[in-house]
Amino acid sequence: MAATTAPPAPIGRRPGVVRAWRAVTLVVVLAIAAVMLLPLIWMVATSFKPETDIVKFPPGLLPDRVTLEHYREVWQRIPFARLYLNTIVFAGGVTVISLLLDSMTAYALARLQFRGRNLVFVAILVMLMLPFQVTLIPLYDLLVSFGWTNTMQGLIVPRATNAFGIFFLRQFLLSLPRDLEEAARIDGASEFTIYRRVIMPLAAPALLTLGLFHFMYNWNDLLWPLIISQDQSHQTLPAGLALFMGEHVVEYGILMAASVLALIPVVLFFLVIQRRFVEGIATTGIRG
Amino acid sequence: MSTATQLPAPATAPPPPRRPGRARGSVARRQALAAWVFMLPSLVVLAVFVVYPMTQALYLSFTEYNVLQPARWVGLENYQRLVSDPAFHNALLNTLYYAAVTTPLSVGLALGLAILLNRRLPLRGFLRTSVFLPVVLSLAIVAIAWNFLLDPNIGLLSYWLGKVGIVSEQGWLRDPSLAMPAVMLVGIWKNVGFYMVMYLAGLQSIPRELHEAAAIDGAGAWRRFRRITWPLLANQTMLITILAAIATLQAFDQIYVMTRGGPFFKTETVVMMIYRIGFKQFEFGYASAISWVLVLLIFGLSMAQVAYFRKRTVSY
Repeated sequence: MAATTAPPAPIGRRPGVVRAWRAVTLVVVLAIAAVMLLPLIWMVATSFKPETDIVKFPPGLLPDRVTLEHYREVWQRIPFARLYLNTIVFAGGVTVISLLLDSMTAYALARLQFRGRNLVFVAILVMLMLPFQVTLIPLYDLLVSFGWTNTMQGLIVPRATNAFGIFFLRQFLLSLPRDLEEAARIDGASEFTIYRRVIMPLAAPALLTLGLFHFMYNWNDLLWPLIISQDQSHQTLPAGLALFMGEHVVEYGILMAASVLALIPVVLFFLVIQRRFVEGIATTGIRG
Repeated sequence: MSTATQLPAPATAPPPPRRPGRARGSVARRQALAAWVFMLPSLVVLAVFVVYPMTQALYLSFTEYNVLQPARWVGLENYQRLVSDPAFHNALLNTLYYAAVTTPLSVGLALGLAILLNRRLPLRGFLRTSVFLPVVLSLAIVAIAWNFLLDPNIGLLSYWLGKVGIVSEQGWLRDPSLAMPAVMLVGIWKNVGFYMVMYLAGLQSIPRELHEAAAIDGAGAWRRFRRITWPLLANQTMLITILAAIATLQAFDQIYVMTRGGPFFKTETVVMMIYRIGFKQFEFGYASAISWVLVLLIFGLSMAQVAYFRKRTVSY
């Protein structure tokens, strides 16, 4: 994404024109960025505004006076610590378990010979094409019969593996050379050793990208936790805050402070590993 | 190894290694066994939590079921009801309307932004991050901020829009004619960066020499776009459009947060309706029948994608 791909600079234009053109593009760039960032700036600014500032007319973007009261209140008015912990356990748990199961299946599909391999792969492709919403009602029904609604296992176990994850890792593993693993096999290494010691270290970049997708997708998900955990003590942040908003429409200060805190982990992850994230999307076109 | 067996073995040949014949068969068998052991946990999870619910959803769509009483077979009743239910017509039309507006707008804006970002530009990294950031954020949570921006009394955006003459007395989200545009706006804002990144990857695969040669031949920017960029991005455009259409057909999060499907069901999409019928009214049979319509729409698009990429690939 470096400057190497930019078209060559126009030759023979007068410096004044070039400078004017640069000014125009700068304004365009800032305007687009402002539109994209407006809701986030508004969210952060409001979270620091005192109540009187929030409800004043006409509204202003930046706070007149900065206060931390909403950041203190949020822990008392919403079971916020609980929501936060639930979200960490849910998104983190799904990510770790799913990476393990996805990679094991992808290893079998990409590196091992067995009858029925194509059948399994086609089944996974079909699952990839079907919208998960169609399974919601029977899944809810199933979890009710297990007694798993409003539990962490009810949230996590149905997502313990994922057709997209298997597909994504299989494609990556197919691209690895066979020499290393053949050598290990001749040395008498078990398949598990080859998976664990040879293939997984090589797959680290793909695992990291997929892990990010899984974490982000589950951290952000609304519909699934909304249905499986109707009880607030087992809800995750998006569902919990959406429901809180439904009940207390006007308490924007607290809501914005809670939103800022809820978005921070994903934003940090993203800023740290932005490049990998972006490459993952560019190569797969799927959001996890 | 199979060629080796055709050679006549010299009389003094050392005893063959224990590889071929039965031993090799058992290696293959061991590998097959290992493969199934590796896949077992995934396959169990997928069977119980994907395949079974999928078939169950089909079965339930032919029943009347509300959790309390056992499912009662009603044949095609749910599907007949769906055909004549104005609420379902409304949800289907809303969904198609949402998809028909947001898909081309998102894809078009994404292409424009990608072309812009593919040039030498001040603050390029900052712009790219700003456009992409909404993609990684929870739509449900940022929709709360959008809700507040559009508040008729204290919302900044509705105040600014009021100053340029776009006024809504009841507030955007309670106005039957403005609620849908509002949730569309948020949907586009959230996803445009995603498609932009995909377009950027496509743009960077176009050899620079093509543009340079065309520029030397005197082709202007528009002609170069029309004759080089656009045709070479045809596959990318097709893929992105189908992905965007599939995503828009499943719109839910910002609608749930901002309007709950209102006002007067003006923003109720198919997924919103499945949620309402299934989890508010507990009509599991009817909700399952509706969800199969969604499956048909999305599966159709997926198959169109597969068919398209089987048939053609443009390359220069």
